[in-house]
Amino acid sequence: MSVTENKDGGSVVYLDNAATTPIVAKVRDKMLPWLGADWGNPSSRHSLGVKSRAAIDRARDQVARALAAKPERVIFTSGGTEANNLAVLGAARARKKFGTHLLVGPAEHPAVRDPALALFDEGFQVEVGELGPDGAFDLDAFLSAVRKDTVLVALMLASNEHGAIYPVSKVAAGVRRIAPNAHIHTDAVQALGKLDVDIVELGVDSVSISAHKIHGPKGTGALVLARDLPLRPLVFGGGQEGAIRSGTENVAGIVGFGEAVEMADQTLEGTNAQLSKLKQRLADGLAEIGGMRVLNPGGSNPSLGSIAAVLVSGPPAEVYLHHLEERGVLVSVGSACQAHKNEASPALLALGLSAEEARKVLRFSFSRESTDSEVDRALTVLRELAGELGAL
Amino acid sequence: MKLPIYLDYQATTPVDPRVLEAMLPYFGAEFGNAASRSHAYGWSAEEAVSNAREKIAKTIGASAKEIVFTSGSTEAINLAMKGVADMYGAKGKHIITSQAEHKAVLDTAKHLEKQGFDVTYLDPDQTGRVSVEAVEAAMREDTILVSLMWANNEVGTLNPIREIGKLCHDRGVLFFTDATQAVGKIPVDVEADNIDLLCISAHKLYGPKGVGCLFVRRRKPRVRLVSQMDGGGHERGMRSGTLNVPGIVGLAEACRLSRESLDSETKHARALRERLEKSICDRLDHVHFNGNREHHLEGCLNLSFPYVEGESLLMGINDIAVSSGSACTSASLEPSHVLRSMKVGDEIAHSSIRFGIGRFTTEEEIDFCADKVVEVVKRLRELSPLYEMVLEGIDLSTVNWTGEH
Repeated sequence: MSVTENKDGGSVVYLDNAATTPIVAKVRDKMLPWLGADWGNPSSRHSLGVKSRAAIDRARDQVARALAAKPERVIFTSGGTEANNLAVLGAARARKKFGTHLLVGPAEHPAVRDPALALFDEGFQVEVGELGPDGAFDLDAFLSAVRKDTVLVALMLASNEHGAIYPVSKVAAGVRRIAPNAHIHTDAVQALGKLDVDIVELGVDSVSISAHKIHGPKGTGALVLARDLPLRPLVFGGGQEGAIRSGTENVAGIVGFGEAVEMADQTLEGTNAQLSKLKQRLADGLAEIGGMRVLNPGGSNPSLGSIAAVLVSGPPAEVYLHHLEERGVLVSVGSACQAHKNEASPALLALGLSAEEARKVLRFSFSRESTDSEVDRALTVLRELAGELGAL
Repeated sequence: MKLPIYLDYQATTPVDPRVLEAMLPYFGAEFGNAASRSHAYGWSAEEAVSNAREKIAKTIGASAKEIVFTSGSTEAINLAMKGVADMYGAKGKHIITSQAEHKAVLDTAKHLEKQGFDVTYLDPDQTGRVSVEAVEAAMREDTILVSLMWANNEVGTLNPIREIGKLCHDRGVLFFTDATQAVGKIPVDVEADNIDLLCISAHKLYGPKGVGCLFVRRRKPRVRLVSQMDGGGHERGMRSGTLNVPGIVGLAEACRLSRESLDSETKHARALRERLEKSICDRLDHVHFNGNREHHLEGCLNLSFPYVEGESLLMGINDIAVSSGSACTSASLEPSHVLRSMKVGDEIAHSSIRFGIGRFTTEEEIDFCADKVVEVVKRLRELSPLYEMVLEGIDLSTVNWTGEH
């Protein structure tokens, strides 16, 4: 059975785009020559190497343009996780002489939260920001945790679990007033392609992004810096990427990434409108079914159209997940990166859900390739399930 | 014959079309995240990764659970050395490596020195080889790690890995080998060869760039590492991050193909290397072989052409894609740190060319290359006053140079 067909031979509805997205043909076509005739090592000085180097530079320009950054401040990595680790570990270690206090957002991805917590062993104090009682991000409360000796503040631009958008630019401005030596980082892995990720307007020092969340290849991402900032490398040897990230560059991956970023940037407005419509369509449909709803991830704050966290009633989300999968609708519970853990998601608990409710949340996530009819199909199956599972 | 002729197989290799074919489905319909546990796309990706793990493990005599995927050898080297240092640093602070290692090992070792570790950098002999005796002599009570490459990327010399591994095991010291240039070129068996940690890079064995792995021994001894990248807990907590599924599938297929064709490719490379060397040396005098005649990678030939400037030679033979050292240090005009560690002398260090022969190299290409090298070296030497003096029988080492030169 091919994964594109379900047991009945019907087509599959893939609504797990926050976990990963298919590569679009245009991106794949750009990559293939670099897995074929153009195989040079970009560090080689002969013509094949020079050609690979030029391809990387083009991709660097594409990424820089989309984020309003300087090309020389784009550091290619093996993905979003490495980019986030590099920002957190690299910036904190480089600034230790100024202080040891770190502050991370209330709902950070493990790729930010885990390295930050690991820094405890190196003598840092790590504070995790809290959300207000309604799950809304409280700017003043968050800023009140910033100290004069804070050396790193990391706040994601948008949540991978429920799509909440955080006021990063306001936070950045506030942090600058209190902590002159803080490196301000934002994880824009989920936001890229859905929000305008402009490093200047955000006012942050670094932004992490990943290719495979925007119809590019797995194994490539970047940390983009606002300017020349101190950063301790995670990977030594060879001196590639301005000696911040050594290792032979993944040329095909980087070329695909550049193309994917450019496409995402160019289609941003249309994508935005389309995603919001899809999410609204799902919310409306669920209201009609009853007993299920799209969670509002934070009071009056905006959220991404691409992610809808749905609170179901009756059995835990796992049960729905299984039945949905059998009927060709593919969604997830929590993030793929936490799929192996059996704990309730901290990000969902932060919304004020009880532990039991947090186990009843399904994540539907859309991409610009998603359609109304896919949402309708998901709604049809949910309606069937609601009846069968006795949730009504 | 297509120009330029590619003789730089130690820098990187083309992706074998069969490898690309194995990868393509994962750039297409099979796009799942291997960590997605709730649907068929995820399962299919996870299955592909798990099959790949088996294939790779089989290539080096390991078990699947001992393979940790990384973005390449450089990251694997960093993970091995820093991961061991962080985990066992309380037990001891001494690490042994050599001056002839790849920059990824040397730079990581330098970083560890800043962290309070004590690193012994052994000098290889004139052929680039480190002896078991030298390693043994350097061992101390507090030695926790020996890190020595299997095959040198610049001169192709093979270290006595099995013997060094045995010594390490006898002493209870962990042994890491950078096998980037060795896997797929010579037989590798982590059991028989007494290896605790070993790295592989796909793009050196006809796989894609951006993927590699680290073998981490699980039994006798069970090696533990402190992860260097957190978030998600992929790869049993040793290396987080969404897996590069097509890359991993490509790495596995590349391993499988190299295992299958190891004998025939070894013969192919040896025949072409001998042909190239003979063809050049039959027609040129004063050609110096860098490396070890007995313990050598078949596909690597490093020759020096004294009295010729290495840079001029490279420019003269620009139809041939070769390198004067490793790609990773080629941005600098410094002579190779490997040749310097072998104490070959400046004239030889400054005039070396590495010819890398591989799966797709043909006799025709080798002959073209030999002709071109001979022609250009002859032309450049005609212009060289040093060479003229040598021909007149003057021993350059006795010349008392005055003024600047």
